[in-house]
Amino acid sequence: MITSNLPALQVVVPLLAGPLCVLLRREDVSYAIALLASWASFAMSILLLMAVLENGPISFAFGGWEPPWGIEYRIDSVNAYVLLIVAAIGAIVITYARPSVAYEIEPQRRYLFYTAYLLCLAGLLGVTITGDAFNVFVFLEISSLSSYVLISLGRDRQALTAAYRYLIFGTIGATFYLIGVGLLYQTTGTLNMADLAERVSTVTDSRTVRVAFAFMAVGLAMKAALFPLHIWLPNAYAYAPSVVSVFLAATATKVSVYLLLRVYFTIFGTPFAIQTMGLGDALMPLAILAMFVGSAVAIFQPDIKRMLAYSSVAQIGYMVLGIGIATTVGLTAGILHLFNHALMKGALFMAMGCVFYRLGSVRLEAMHGIGKTMPWTMGAFVVGGLSLIGVPATAGFVSKWYLILAAFERDWWWAAVLVLLSSLLAIIYVWRVIEVAYFRPPSDSAATAAEAPSVMVVPMWVLAGANVYFGLDTRVSVGVAQQAAKSLMDGGV
Amino acid sequence: MSAPALMVWALAVPSVGTVLILMSEGRPNQREAITLLTAAALFAVVLSLAPTVYTGGRPDISLFTMLPGLEIRLTLEPLGMMFACIASGLWILNSIYSIGYMRAKKERHQTRFYACFAIAIASAMGVAMAGNMLTLFVFYEILTLSTYPLVTHSGDEQAVRSGRTYLGILLGTSIFFQLAAIIWTWAAAGTLDFTIGGILDGKIEGPFIGLLLFLYMYGIGKAALMPIHRWLPAAMVAPTPVSALLHAVAVVKAGVFTVLKVIVYIFGADFLRESGYADWLMYIAGASLVLASIVALTKDNLKARLAYSTVSQLAYVVLGAALLMPLSIVGGAMHIAMHAFGKITLFFCAGAIYVASGKTEISDMDGIGRRMPVTVAAFGIGALSVIGLPPFGGAWSKYLLALGAMDAGHVVFVAVFMMSSLLNVAYLMPIVARGFFAGSDDGGGIREAPFFCVVPLCLTAFGCLALFFFADDLYRLLAPIGGGTG
Repeated sequence: MITSNLPALQVVVPLLAGPLCVLLRREDVSYAIALLASWASFAMSILLLMAVLENGPISFAFGGWEPPWGIEYRIDSVNAYVLLIVAAIGAIVITYARPSVAYEIEPQRRYLFYTAYLLCLAGLLGVTITGDAFNVFVFLEISSLSSYVLISLGRDRQALTAAYRYLIFGTIGATFYLIGVGLLYQTTGTLNMADLAERVSTVTDSRTVRVAFAFMAVGLAMKAALFPLHIWLPNAYAYAPSVVSVFLAATATKVSVYLLLRVYFTIFGTPFAIQTMGLGDALMPLAILAMFVGSAVAIFQPDIKRMLAYSSVAQIGYMVLGIGIATTVGLTAGILHLFNHALMKGALFMAMGCVFYRLGSVRLEAMHGIGKTMPWTMGAFVVGGLSLIGVPATAGFVSKWYLILAAFERDWWWAAVLVLLSSLLAIIYVWRVIEVAYFRPPSDSAATAAEAPSVMVVPMWVLAGANVYFGLDTRVSVGVAQQAAKSLMDGGV
Repeated sequence: MSAPALMVWALAVPSVGTVLILMSEGRPNQREAITLLTAAALFAVVLSLAPTVYTGGRPDISLFTMLPGLEIRLTLEPLGMMFACIASGLWILNSIYSIGYMRAKKERHQTRFYACFAIAIASAMGVAMAGNMLTLFVFYEILTLSTYPLVTHSGDEQAVRSGRTYLGILLGTSIFFQLAAIIWTWAAAGTLDFTIGGILDGKIEGPFIGLLLFLYMYGIGKAALMPIHRWLPAAMVAPTPVSALLHAVAVVKAGVFTVLKVIVYIFGADFLRESGYADWLMYIAGASLVLASIVALTKDNLKARLAYSTVSQLAYVVLGAALLMPLSIVGGAMHIAMHAFGKITLFFCAGAIYVASGKTEISDMDGIGRRMPVTVAAFGIGALSVIGLPPFGGAWSKYLLALGAMDAGHVVFVAVFMMSSLLNVAYLMPIVARGFFAGSDDGGGIREAPFFCVVPLCLTAFGCLALFFFADDLYRLLAPIGGGTG
């Protein structure tokens, strides 16, 4: 009973836990609920991935309405993997969250934080799990609306403008997506992705389908913060409460990239997306610009959360580059980087959360000499930073390996060269922080700072450790990514 | 114990040592005793592997699979055997020296110092025993990162700036060039295993061979081929024991060791020679060799002069590899050992002079030999070995290199070797001459450095002499990598 309903429970548990927090209104109870629901989601995502790897794709007809009429949840190796990433990060982040939330958010609003957090989690999981194109939009809105709330909870008044800008961009993106879905529905009369995939392939000549493709591509690129549609991202990540930055940076854009994959490769199909619409050629320059502009701007940021945000823009460039290469190895690299980037940015933003918790600032000048007083925090930052650079024995190395391999195999020498060049930029912006943290005499606040509480340090090191672990043992991360890439290239659902 | 298990121990011993050293924070005697014990244990482990390799065994063990089809794998062959012996053996002497030096200078953060040192040695062992290019690359990078805190040890502005150069060049070149080369090799050949005769024959052709070789040679920044040698002089801000073991032996030798590995086991000397796309490397290495010697002449700071001397001597090894003849390759490999003993002696002496007198500039060292006769005499022996005069080890490797150049039909490089040896004389011997004969007798109360500093430098100087007589054994060990003409 439980097993057969797992796909539904995966989303329903956090979705119902959220409103429960509003009803109870107590901070500690809300925290307990959020903790429980997040870890339950994580457990379910593991079970789902295992089931999918063992028995192949799972189809779940919501409310007993058979697809393609009812809403279908469909889980294959691609989204089972993404579900696992989102749920795992969700569980680790919530474990870490409590002191940070208590420090950064006013007491009377804390239960709202947990509510919005759970809704956001439910929304992201929903987007990932559903096999219905319209249902995607619904969950997209759930996650987006709750993230506006989360970002605006930031203490800095700038958080409000950042949330507002995110709102505008997010809405435009989601609307574009919806227009695309509408056009597809008009042409094919169905909303079920599998069904769409079958029918779209018979009407690819029609201008409507092409317009739909264009709308969806642009809308989702905006949600995924693909350069130059990324401008909502840096401020949103910089001014949001630390926990929110961790969570969004490690999950939200990943889900959007997943959705890009789903729409391009599953609904429209590889031949249409790549050959007819020239998707690879369109994504390639944008991905490369993202890699360079994102990294270059990151070098000059005095605020380290903002720096990491710009670095995310660059990293999304890597993922999209992998997709744009459009071979199985390229897709493997892209999907793999979804996972690995979640690990590294999670660890890095968590380290910044710890620093903010003690210093009340994450600006470079406040962090002078912090390496001596907060050794564990900065140690995790170093590990995350090395992973970001792509030093061997870290997860980032594995991503880079596949990305460059994919470029070589397509004889795109220049792409390999550009990826390597942009990782040199990562050395610069990571080392800037390390030099300041370890070699400058401590600033006043840094000299008296203590290490962050272990509730924060332990989850942070779980992620930092995961960066090393998945840099050495790639059976799961690469194995699943390969399988997912294969199923996408074969046009399976 | 079986040989593969011993190889794992060679990695495990210094790693465990690191942990124990970290746990000894605040207890200097315990910490340094652990360092010495670890070094001794490691040397014993490495030595016990030597007979197997000497008699033609090639112990091999796969640790785990890192990427599909690519394992982290250890395979020990003659070149790696020699490198592991040198690095682990000299670590013992260097640790004794470190105790004398670091205590006399009252350096701070000594626990970090000893811990990073142990990690660096562990990764040097990994480089030496790597069974494929991926394994080598992983340890190569750990070696870079673990030596960064040692280079920036003092933590002042100059150290940070030098650290930036150090890390920027070593990490930058390895990620930009070497990683590209490795992935390219993997894409072309489908394997990265070190194989006699190479793995690229028939897999790539034409100018691409030259390009790939370029990526490797400039990706191995640790070999300090000009113009990417700047990190090595920069690294001299580190305490002298670091310069001595790491920047005269472990790190730089890991670089030229990798160069030899790539040319012998990835490309294959025959394949490269027939392709004709490796000629440029000879000229670059030859130029690097002479230019660095000339720069060394202009340096008044003793450690800077020694650093440029190292750049020049590393180019000998690269040139030996680039000549692609059996004799030159074995000569280059042997030069790793000969230069290691010579140069570590010179650095030990430089550090001893600094500890005893506070002097770093050669022009201040007039008459120092009369005050510190043992140290300066040892310096003279090290210098003669680096120059390549009998009865010291350096004579043999330079002799083999010159023979190799003749074999290859490039007589011009015989001239280059000769000229460079003269330059070696010109920049090393004046230090000894000044020390004994120049200046007044007013030494200002300078005496020999502490016992712990002087004993190791005597032992390494003696090593230079001993290598002259044991060169034949070394030759027999290394002959197989030259293509079996031994």
